[in-house]
Amino acid sequence: MDTVMGIVGDGFCIVAADCSAARSILVFNHSEDKIVELDGNKLMGQSGPQCDTSNFAEYIQKNMTLYELNNDLQLSTHAAANFMRRELATALRKGPYQTNVLLGGFDKSAGPSLYYLDHLSSLQKVNFGAHGYASNFVLSIFDREWKHGLTLEEARAIIDKCIFELQTRFLLSQPKFKLKIVDADGIREL
Amino acid sequence: MARRYDSSTTTFSPEGRLHQVEYAIEAINNAGTAVGILAKDGIVLAGEKQKLSGLLAPPKGSEKMYKLDEHVTSVVAGLTADANILINTARVAAQRYIYTYQEPMPVEQMVKRVCNYKQSYTQFGGLRPFGVAFLFAGWDEHYGYQLYMSDPSGNYSGWKATCIGQNNQAGKSLLKNEYDESVGVDEALKLAVKVLVKTMDATSASADKLEFCVLTREGDKVTLAPPRAHMPWSSPATHLSWCVPALPLVAPSASSAYCQGRRSRRSSMK
Repeated sequence: MDTVMGIVGDGFCIVAADCSAARSILVFNHSEDKIVELDGNKLMGQSGPQCDTSNFAEYIQKNMTLYELNNDLQLSTHAAANFMRRELATALRKGPYQTNVLLGGFDKSAGPSLYYLDHLSSLQKVNFGAHGYASNFVLSIFDREWKHGLTLEEARAIIDKCIFELQTRFLLSQPKFKLKIVDADGIREL
Repeated sequence: MARRYDSSTTTFSPEGRLHQVEYAIEAINNAGTAVGILAKDGIVLAGEKQKLSGLLAPPKGSEKMYKLDEHVTSVVAGLTADANILINTARVAAQRYIYTYQEPMPVEQMVKRVCNYKQSYTQFGGLRPFGVAFLFAGWDEHYGYQLYMSDPSGNYSGWKATCIGQNNQAGKSLLKNEYDESVGVDEALKLAVKVLVKTMDATSASADKLEFCVLTREGDKVTLAPPRAHMPWSSPATHLSWCVPALPLVAPSASSAYCQGRRSRRSSMK
């Protein structure tokens, strides 16, 4: 039900998510921010029930801060993604986190990257991705439109196409979307 | 006076010293010398093999050099049995890190992990400290080539060139005078030999008592290897000529046995 999408462009990564927090037939909130900022250059878009998403996000965030304090180093996006996957995998056969994640980050050495993780602890580095019902609608748009080295305007246009598609064809009404971008200058909202 | 305060590792003396830790450091000063030198394109580690008896079977591996992970190696001075425990701790820590992060463990973190473990034996449990000092040499993408020394107290520090074990003061003073951080690995190897020759007894210095490990990078990969044949040992005799006449460095039995031992291990690991 939550829509989370991400796309990698030339030197940046955009993560977009809808803003409706809802369960069953009730909408709690129309301006929910589902994209967590983990340290200055990683974005984590999450889908799932708030209990698990906030629990998991805070756990990862605090562990990453601890790592930074202890080691005077920031974790790379690749390391962070694998750390998250390891946590999801360990919890899977005890008390799973029902959260699907798109981790977008920018590293000086590796550039922008996007990782697709799901609640069964899959992990894959991707150029674009989507979670939830939305993936049925938007992945085909990404497949057709994505190319290497997208500019910000091009990426924005693709995301807009996806949002338009969802608002036309997806059963659930998701009027508002939040877009965040991470690049060499850090994180900002679009 | 120190007698009253030195039997328990976990008690300070009135002067504020931990005698057990200091005694452990003393134990290392009887061990074979080890040298580490940071060059601009790699790190050289060298060690003196102390031959205890002619009846000893030739070692399968090395008693001084230990590979901790693909990008970190170490040389040991002190009690070998104690060293084995710590080496294992370091290796497990390195693999655990890759298990979690899918990336090689930054060198300083590995050193810190071993040192924190050593420190716990100076503060609680009533067990004696480890009688080992390490020289850790490694490369990571954060800080490049790094050389660290750690001692039984659990302290560690980064060095450009240093020396542990027997006669390390003599070695360190030589390094202070002659170390040049702009040289490459080849020059650093020659300096390492010079240091070891100075710290060993002049009469007993010979090629089969030395072993080396050179850490460099080829492209993206860190390589740990003994000095290779192509390295310009143009007049090897000159490096040892003042102590052991006409003994070339790379050729003889034990150092090539070391080379072969390590080479075959490395190739079998692939």
